Amino acid sequence: MATSHTGRAEHLITVNGEQRRVTLRPADTLLYILRDELGLTGAKPGCENGDCGACTVLVDGVPMKSCLLLAIEFATPEEPAAGAVPRHIETVESLDETEVQRQFLDHWAFQCGYCTSGFLMLAEGLRRQRPGASPGEVVDWLRSNICRCTSYAEIIQAVRGTLERERSAPPPV
Amino acid sequence: MNAVGHSVARKEAPNKVTGRARYCADITPAGTLTAALVVSRHAHARIRLEVDHARHMPGVVAVLTGQDVSLLCGEVLEDRPPLAVGKVRYWGEPVALVIAHGEAEAKRAARAVRVDYQPLPVVNTVEDAIAAGAALVHERLGQYKRAQPPVVPQAQSNIADHAKIRCGDAAEGWRNSAATVSGHFALPQVEHAAVETRCARAEILHDGRVLVQSTTQAPFEVQKLLARYFHLQQGQVIVTVPLVGGAFGGKAAVQLEILAYLASRAVNGRPVQLVNSREEDMATSPVGVGLVADVKLGASAEGLLQAAELTFWLDTGAYTDSTPRVARAMCSECTGPYRVPHIRCDAYTVYTNHTYATAFRGFGHFPLTFVIERTMDRLAEQLDMDPVELRRKNLIGPGDRTPTRMALTRSTLGDPRACLDRAAELLAGPAREQTGPHTVRARGLALFWKTSSSPPNAISGAIVTFNQDGSVNLSTGTVEMGAGTKTTSAQILAERLGLDIGQVHIHTHVNTKVDPEHWKTVASLSTFMAGRAVLEAAEDAKAQLKSVAAIVLKCAPGDLSVARGRIFLTADPNIYVAFRDVAHGYTYPGGDAIGGQIVGRGSYIMRHLTLLDEETGEGHPGPSFTVGAQGVEIDWDTRSGRYRVVRAVSVVDAGRAMNPAGARTMLQGGMCMGIGLATREGVLYGRGGQRLNDQFRTYRTMRAGEQPDEYVVELVETPQIDAPFGARPLGEHGLLAMPAAVAAAVSHAIGRPVSHLPITPESLWRLTRTAEAAR
Ligand code: FES
Ligand code: FES
Repeated sequence: MATSHTGRAEHLITVNGEQRRVTLRPADTLLYILRDELGLTGAKPGCENGDCGACTVLVDGVPMKSCLLLAIEFATPEEPAAGAVPRHIETVESLDETEVQRQFLDHWAFQCGYCTSGFLMLAEGLRRQRPGASPGEVVDWLRSNICRCTSYAEIIQAVRGTLERERSAPPPV
Repeated sequence: MNAVGHSVARKEAPNKVTGRARYCADITPAGTLTAALVVSRHAHARIRLEVDHARHMPGVVAVLTGQDVSLLCGEVLEDRPPLAVGKVRYWGEPVALVIAHGEAEAKRAARAVRVDYQPLPVVNTVEDAIAAGAALVHERLGQYKRAQPPVVPQAQSNIADHAKIRCGDAAEGWRNSAATVSGHFALPQVEHAAVETRCARAEILHDGRVLVQSTTQAPFEVQKLLARYFHLQQGQVIVTVPLVGGAFGGKAAVQLEILAYLASRAVNGRPVQLVNSREEDMATSPVGVGLVADVKLGASAEGLLQAAELTFWLDTGAYTDSTPRVARAMCSECTGPYRVPHIRCDAYTVYTNHTYATAFRGFGHFPLTFVIERTMDRLAEQLDMDPVELRRKNLIGPGDRTPTRMALTRSTLGDPRACLDRAAELLAGPAREQTGPHTVRARGLALFWKTSSSPPNAISGAIVTFNQDGSVNLSTGTVEMGAGTKTTSAQILAERLGLDIGQVHIHTHVNTKVDPEHWKTVASLSTFMAGRAVLEAAEDAKAQLKSVAAIVLKCAPGDLSVARGRIFLTADPNIYVAFRDVAHGYTYPGGDAIGGQIVGRGSYIMRHLTLLDEETGEGHPGPSFTVGAQGVEIDWDTRSGRYRVVRAVSVVDAGRAMNPAGARTMLQGGMCMGIGLATREGVLYGRGGQRLNDQFRTYRTMRAGEQPDEYVVELVETPQIDAPFGARPLGEHGLLAMPAAVAAAVSHAIGRPVSHLPITPESLWRLTRTAEAAR
């Protein structure tokens, strides 16, 4: 592991199922590394202090605000210790024809689209963590993010629609 | 087929749900330097800067201060230095710009710039500003260049502009009035709070071209202003705008683009990018105007309005930007959608030591609507008349004239009566009812009207080209910031050429070099202006297609029709030639060809609009109106003073719903923003003018779960006959009367008139307490 005088060093991180080699400073946020080092610009900066949620990604399936995470926390050594599981980051770029995307399209759950990546990842995390979430719980989760264009009703419908769809779908064989 | 009238999804929608939609800060070429601002931590002070240390820090390429730049800019009045010179006029004002190799280096050096402040008296309210002997925000107001008259500054004062309406004879109006009411209002400045902060990048190439990319709503304005300020040829300046992450008027102001250009110039033309932090986006970049207003209305005993006297003081903060234009827009419709024979209105653009203001969604019409509608409710009370009935009695209609003496037709105005009647029906029920031991349900309703107040010579254009497969490409100069303007244009073209919407390819990004000029993507005018240009381009392309096809099909062009990608004989559609066979020239079997590439051209310029007369305000400010009625039901808790909007209703005359789901969601989004403005939003300043809420945690916008349980949106369709398919502007309108409607409902709930915003439980507690103390 080469460390330069600025504290920059090369590390491996796992994003969207791929191991990526990045150069980072200990102070770099995950949001910054995703966007500026890995070219994954789906996660957006809106406040960089945890208020807006535009930067939301999944960390081991749980939605987190990537502006509040340090990228270095996700670095894995070149030769990981036996049994160590690297923490897995998922960004909006990993979603492909999922139910939650379809529901956002069907319900007009975005206008400018800037908050959308964050809301999608939040919703996808909710779907995985709390598939049986009550309507009230859905709203509680969605409160962490801000949309300035829509009326929220569209987003809430899209997320409830996703969960309903999931519940009514036949279990995978 | 039949694209118009259908809920067509945004063209770029699939990219927006996959993270592939690109916004300004997503596209940064390698080698781009980062600029960071040093901003003032005083609202009004003389400054001295010490930058040497910062200049020599690692990674720093250059540091710029106001001393390095001799320039005053401003849309209407040139009063704003891009970097403060000698003194600062608001908390958050840029004083220096650091350019470095990376963000971390730039920010570190920015913190190392030393600013010495020598505080000056702070003009912290409109009242401070207009008081005798007030400190001057601008000592040299009389010498500023008027870039876009009309603007009437008053030297040696804080009044940057005075706009007027003089209509009829106010004295007579008051003589004819049996009832008069007056109200005093104070509404704070507000934030646009687009989730994407503003961003600009500039690069000066060695061949003289200047490449700018930004989040602007006005790329052609950026181009013109940079050319003017820096003595460039307009064609040298190329402005591109990718998708914009919400704008709401705040990105029509030209600010970061100028700084990015200066930064690039300071580093030998290398590309430099400047991105606002959230805090800078709120405190450094412009906000929406605050308003102090005195409103007096007089009516006959039967409730017919006789006179209106209005004084508006617009808190434009430290610089004017577009506020004098906002003031005139408010004057133009100062009475609300009512018939008033005698009107006197004065609108002052007032400097304070606040963040400067620019256009905000509705261009002054949400504060305007608030003060008029609240006063109408007071008048109804005084006359002991149902507020809906009072409004119905006084509604303006075809044949009437507006305060600027613009004669109205059904086409220009639309149908306010239909909107009012339907909204009243949807909100039927008592104004106040006790629904539980400590809960009250209350209702309130308000009306709005708005025209564009755009420059009389605003233009738009469209270019249509064809692909070899017969599909078409459409180029317009409108910016896509969420309103779906590009998709609407595509719908119009698809409809006119008889193509499937999928056969129309759009340029999502704007590039001033290749796209035809569109004045600015503001005032909800894209459907109208760009739409008219697209219609003309479609007709132009069709005429060319027909003239080539006529030769191929051996007939007159007049015998031909165009649909489904074919030009065919109207009398026998089986005789046809496909677009793809003629759009790039028709080739005979022998290889010889006729025709050539078809390029459809369309343009539009506003018709019959005029500037407003400086003395009387007479003039023609816009091509048409959008009218609507909005209302809410609230549940109020009598113990805690908290309330919640449970139902929100809008009935708007859309002219024609080009994209019903698009129109409904756009209006709903506006309603949600309007409820936010009513219930929680407002810029706050401390005693010394320091900004108290420059983050989302302190400047609170609506969040999920705070929206009403039910939104009801209904459209009335009174076509505007000179608009594409009759469609009226809709983009801003969802929010316009919401704050007034919420205030009406809260007034009913608490039994006291509410004249302030935002209406928080604390503010109601204060209101009740002062009322009790006065007793
Ligand atoms: S950018 Fe991370 S929460 Fe706003
Ligand atoms: S769609 Fe624009 S912020 Fe949500």
